[in-house]
Amino acid sequence: MRAFAYERPTTLADAVALLAEHGPDARILAGGTDLIIRLRDGTYAPSVVVDVKRVRELAPAITQTDGALRVSAGTVMTDIHDSPLMQRWFPALVDAARFVGSVQIRNRATLAGNICNASPAADTVPSLLVYDARVHAIGPAGERTIPLDDFFVRSGVTTLQPGELVTAIDLPLPSGRVGSAFQRRTRRRGHDLASVTLAVALDDAGTTRLAYGSLGPRPLLFVSEGGAPPLDDWFAAARPSPTSMRASPDYRLAMLRVLTQRAMAAARERLEAAA
Amino acid sequence: MQVSLTLNGRIRTVDVAPHHTLLDALRDDLGLTGTKECCLVGECGACTVRLNGRIVDSCLVLAAEADGGEVTTVEGLAPDPGQLTRLQSAFIDKGAVQCGFCIPGQLMAGDDLLRRVPHPSRAEIEEGLAGNLCRCACYEQIFAAVEVTAAGEAPAESVAAESSSVRELPPHVVDQ
Repeated sequence: MRAFAYERPTTLADAVALLAEHGPDARILAGGTDLIIRLRDGTYAPSVVVDVKRVRELAPAITQTDGALRVSAGTVMTDIHDSPLMQRWFPALVDAARFVGSVQIRNRATLAGNICNASPAADTVPSLLVYDARVHAIGPAGERTIPLDDFFVRSGVTTLQPGELVTAIDLPLPSGRVGSAFQRRTRRRGHDLASVTLAVALDDAGTTRLAYGSLGPRPLLFVSEGGAPPLDDWFAAARPSPTSMRASPDYRLAMLRVLTQRAMAAARERLEAAA
Repeated sequence: MQVSLTLNGRIRTVDVAPHHTLLDALRDDLGLTGTKECCLVGECGACTVRLNGRIVDSCLVLAAEADGGEVTTVEGLAPDPGQLTRLQSAFIDKGAVQCGFCIPGQLMAGDDLLRRVPHPSRAEIEEGLAGNLCRCACYEQIFAAVEVTAAGEAPAESVAAESSSVRELPPHVVDQ
């Protein structure tokens, strides 16, 4: 690994100042499960690594606030799937978090890091999208909130501005009954990246939400406010990579249909069980 | 930079470069070579250690991140040198060890699983050890070792390593 300087701020103000000072020469270190691989293979060669795990305001926490569950940026996947609040309100996110990497990776990888990497195959993103997650970010220009659907551009690129970092992710608590489910296709059970990853949420007002990933440069969200959802139109937006070694485009498109049906059935069952 | 950590119950301070990993520090600076370096991308689990109560791939943690933390390596699983935990003895009894390279990581993950889930199902064992690859493909024997430990069938804790070395070989191991 190429040498770099290591900074370990303890306040958000210090973290923002360090990122502003070093600009593009700095990289944020949260869980490190992606960053350290890229530092080692030379994809990234920052002069400064800013470790945000000791920032007080970002300490691991899942709290109920303002009609939402707030997940701080330091919260790891293990915290997500072990949280009774998450299990009660957001089972599709719990199921997705359980599928990330291995125990060792889930103990380290943060939810915020999963979205900031903007991988099209990110396991937690379809669930976060169907739950209408909002991203809190802070930077030199102050704080702002970004709907998650406006956060992704393409693989590895987000709408975060230079010097901005994510502080928390909010999941709005539903006002009525909701049934939701997560589905994922991999080449092998266990540690693998998804060939298709998706989530469905249905509510008692008749709304259908579908989000899928690994089928184009960024995960996509579709919402139908009532009646039969136009699934064929939604599937037509998929753009699976023609060159991926993980799965052929035809296979991914076929599995998208199958997994959507399975997720719809599971979500319907959960919606009825919530009655 | 100076990094202080509680390593297998002892406070140790080392001078490490910021770009060196916890794995580098354990093996090269602290002389604990039980933790293995293998894939360096968090896939194989050979470098698994416990950090602040949770297992991690030490190849994906900077040494600096462990500053002030508590680290347990395979050398620290048993209470004293020359002793083995019940899980370690069960690995020997079940013939779970072939080349041995992945075993420190397997033991750390198995130990972690049994701390969290004292009586795991087969599926929970498979998931608990999914981050640890064994290229000798001893998975059945490794899972069996975890199962008998959970069932209380493994030899009592703190079996002396010396006596384990004269233990009869499991039936499927050919004595050469």
